Amino acid sequence: MSACVQLRGAGKVFPSRRGEVTALRDVTLSVDDGEFISLLGPSGCGKSTLLKCVAGLEDLTSGELLVRGETVDGPPPGLGMVFQRDLLLDWRTVLDNVLIMAEFQGLGRREQKPRAISLLERFGLGGFIDRHPWELSGGMRQRAAICRALLTEPQLLLMDEPFGALDAMTRDDLNVELTRIWQTARRTVLFVTHSIAEAIFLSDRVVVMSPGPGRVREVVPIDLPRPRPLSIQATPEFAAYVTHLRGVFEELGVART
Amino acid sequence: MSELRGTTLVVLAAIVLLWELAVRLLHVPPILLPAPSRIIAEIASAPWFYLRQSGDTLITTVAGFALAVVLGVTMAIGIVYSRLLERVIYTLLVALNSLPKVALAPLFVIWMGTGVEPKIAIAVMLAIFSIVVDMVLGLRSIDPDILAMAYVSRARPVAVLWKIRLPNALPTLFAGMKVGISFALVGAIVGEFVAGSDGLGTAILIAEGQFDTTRVFAALVMLGLLGTMLFYAIEFAETLLLPWHPSHRARHGNARG
Repeated sequence: MSACVQLRGAGKVFPSRRGEVTALRDVTLSVDDGEFISLLGPSGCGKSTLLKCVAGLEDLTSGELLVRGETVDGPPPGLGMVFQRDLLLDWRTVLDNVLIMAEFQGLGRREQKPRAISLLERFGLGGFIDRHPWELSGGMRQRAAICRALLTEPQLLLMDEPFGALDAMTRDDLNVELTRIWQTARRTVLFVTHSIAEAIFLSDRVVVMSPGPGRVREVVPIDLPRPRPLSIQATPEFAAYVTHLRGVFEELGVART
Repeated sequence: MSELRGTTLVVLAAIVLLWELAVRLLHVPPILLPAPSRIIAEIASAPWFYLRQSGDTLITTVAGFALAVVLGVTMAIGIVYSRLLERVIYTLLVALNSLPKVALAPLFVIWMGTGVEPKIAIAVMLAIFSIVVDMVLGLRSIDPDILAMAYVSRARPVAVLWKIRLPNALPTLFAGMKVGISFALVGAIVGEFVAGSDGLGTAILIAEGQFDTTRVFAALVMLGLLGTMLFYAIEFAETLLLPWHPSHRARHGNARG
């Protein structure tokens, strides 16, 4: 397996009025092709900054960042990104919101339309393609945003706390759908979250980050069989991972549930 | 909605009735204040004259307004995309707006003669400010995360302008146009005052010279009708073009699913 994303000694310093703020320090991480990686940590640990650097939205101030062997300088091709908010355009229907990705990348709308519809159907939005975003619930809107990111079949999917604003049940639901989609077409996923259970449930490896400055604390491989049903969260193996990760955070003085 | 409109009509009718009664009971001479019945009789005695004058003013207003929209939107795009244009055009516009623009009207007559051109130019000058200011605001008030989403998706700047910034700016543009259309009408009338041979402005001026207060009022009534009609025409276009905007959603019956 080749590396999809490689970080070597990556650092990011933001200038600010009260001196410099170090968001990332000496982050070294290699993400394999087809791997599902979660970046887990409390707010301020630089996990979102790290994701923005991979997306080409921010530049590193030190170290190296490669996506499929190429130094990142602007958004790498073959990238899909899902944000914390759905960022759907109010004046477009759900279908047109998904198809905007085809328009952005110079692909024919007509050719991409069947794929957009089948994606929306797979995410349970088949009956809502002609609706406007404001007619949908928060969970449905985020599903549409995921369809938009997946339309052009990105090899690398970046997800920045995509389910953070949703209620627990919708969140579970979307986690199951996400793993199902990921298993049918294995693409590399970098998933930012501050939920320990979500990170364990989804990932092949959990990258634990700590704040002030943001750096990688520990990388925990998750050896749970796939496909993982929601009920896996009740198994002792799952509980052991939760206990371990919670212990790491307690050590850092940022105990979270 | 219709109930509210009914109330408006009743109030309006009551005011007109009060006016009629006051003029009759207090024996106000028509040269000071003609009764509504006199004004209506005046319009009815020469309907074609008043329609033609209104038509002239309408054409000047619409031409000036359309030009103001085209120029204003173009300027706003320039201002938003270029620091230099922002400094030059914006500063110039603000300076121009702080002048009593009506005082510039005679200049336009010197430059352009007494045809329709100076009238249109004055209408443009009066209408353009609110359109530029609101369009700049609309183009700027875009969610930065939506721009990040487009950037990560490798959207070209032209696509960002056409598919994101412009539709996003439409609601504020319409707010500017509603103010602008009234100013265009003011500009047309001022133009007719200083350079007129036709139009309601000229009709008012001629009637004033003859101390024919009834004809002044008749022209004013036509002017009021014209202004109201133009305003609602813009509002109608808005409901057609922006059914997605929160201010119009309720009227379409929101089916939340």
